Amino acid sequence: MVEKQINIGWSKTEMAQNVAMDIPDGSYVNLGIGMPEMVADFVPEGRELIYQTENGLLGMGAVPMAGQEDPELINAGKKPVTTIPGACFFHHADSFTMIRGGHIDVCVLGAMQISKNGDLANWSTGAANAIPAVGGAMDLVAGVKRILVITQHNTKDGKAKILNQCSYPLTGKGVVESIYTNLAIIDVKDEGLYVRKLGPNVDFEYLQKHTEAKLYQ
Amino acid sequence: MINKTVQSLAEAVQNIHDGATIMISGFGEAGSPIELIHALIDQGAKDLTVVSNNTGSGNVGLAALIEQRRVKKMICSFPRTANSTVFPELYNAGEIELELVPQGTLAERIRAGGAGIPAFYTPASVNTPLAKGKECRVFDGIEYVLEKGIKADFSLVKCELADRYGNLTYHATARNFGPIMCTAAKTSIVQARKIVEAGAIDPEIVVTPGIFVNHIIEVSKPANESELVSQKLTYPW
Repeated sequence: MVEKQINIGWSKTEMAQNVAMDIPDGSYVNLGIGMPEMVADFVPEGRELIYQTENGLLGMGAVPMAGQEDPELINAGKKPVTTIPGACFFHHADSFTMIRGGHIDVCVLGAMQISKNGDLANWSTGAANAIPAVGGAMDLVAGVKRILVITQHNTKDGKAKILNQCSYPLTGKGVVESIYTNLAIIDVKDEGLYVRKLGPNVDFEYLQKHTEAKLYQ
Repeated sequence: MINKTVQSLAEAVQNIHDGATIMISGFGEAGSPIELIHALIDQGAKDLTVVSNNTGSGNVGLAALIEQRRVKKMICSFPRTANSTVFPELYNAGEIELELVPQGTLAERIRAGGAGIPAFYTPASVNTPLAKGKECRVFDGIEYVLEKGIKADFSLVKCELADRYGNLTYHATARNFGPIMCTAAKTSIVQARKIVEAGAIDPEIVVTPGIFVNHIIEVSKPANESELVSQKLTYPW
């Protein structure tokens, strides 16, 4: 597909900013691996969020300075982190009591596919030779109050990711609240997918052309 | 007198038998009891079923146990990690079995196993391939899937401090699966960075009560898996 993507839509940092704007002060937040982790860099002034990482830390802090890393103080992406004053450690069953038990307010996840009714596929393409790996994604979507998805609007080869129906195996059915892409912010409602905000230089027609599922304004 | 301390890593793992189910603590390298795993490699038990969140990295620790063809089945949530090649190769060659379990379900299955709960319902994995063939039931309008508790013959766990009764504390996010794995195994074998006098651990901060622990061995300078991997080391050395 030969199309000029330059200067259309938001950058990754702007996407992360968009998500951060929608997380209220005082929230307990779990960030998925990859782009979701960027959201922590853009918490608006005056808000305090507590980050939970499912490998057993509530009150995850910033990346440690070089030389200060502790290989046994890591996040779910297995990268070194720090603790904030007031942090606590706990074992895995307690961690997923927080997650599955509905105690975490917001989870930001990446996506391979999202359907018009909020189904999420983000763990496997279902390909025969792929090593399946699921981690905590299915528990997160089943238990966290609000699931926000941050993702490029289309795949690297230009295919739609927001579909009528996911073709990949699901992570969870009807779990996504809002989708933050480089082209738009889209809310999943009972009546369908509603565009809340268009990215810079993106018009509705362009957005719909790059989306399989029908969008509403 | 009760003293669960043993004198060597070899003694700690001596009773592990062929065909055993073994829980191994750790999330990535954090909390992985590398020295106990290496002792198990030396010990020779085979046809093992291993319950662990990942499958190790490089050619040391859990990855080395798998590479030695000692594991017939892995029960885990995330068999891929950076620097993890041993498991993917054996899996693609059809030489090792995989039971993939969502991470929270894995934790709860272990917790349930240790708590005498045979099975429980969870909302995780409903409407996904991982719920296929499992009993589903609706409670208050929400669908749940039935998952069974897991018990093990042995658990290999890494902790920070231990006393002779087996009371344990952990370090940072190395705690992860350790406490629940100690509860779910018939025999829990723990490597501690330091063994201290009874009473030296404040009862208020004991994480694993000693009743769940059978053998303790002090490993005062445990290796970091990532350092061994970056040196491209393979066990047995």
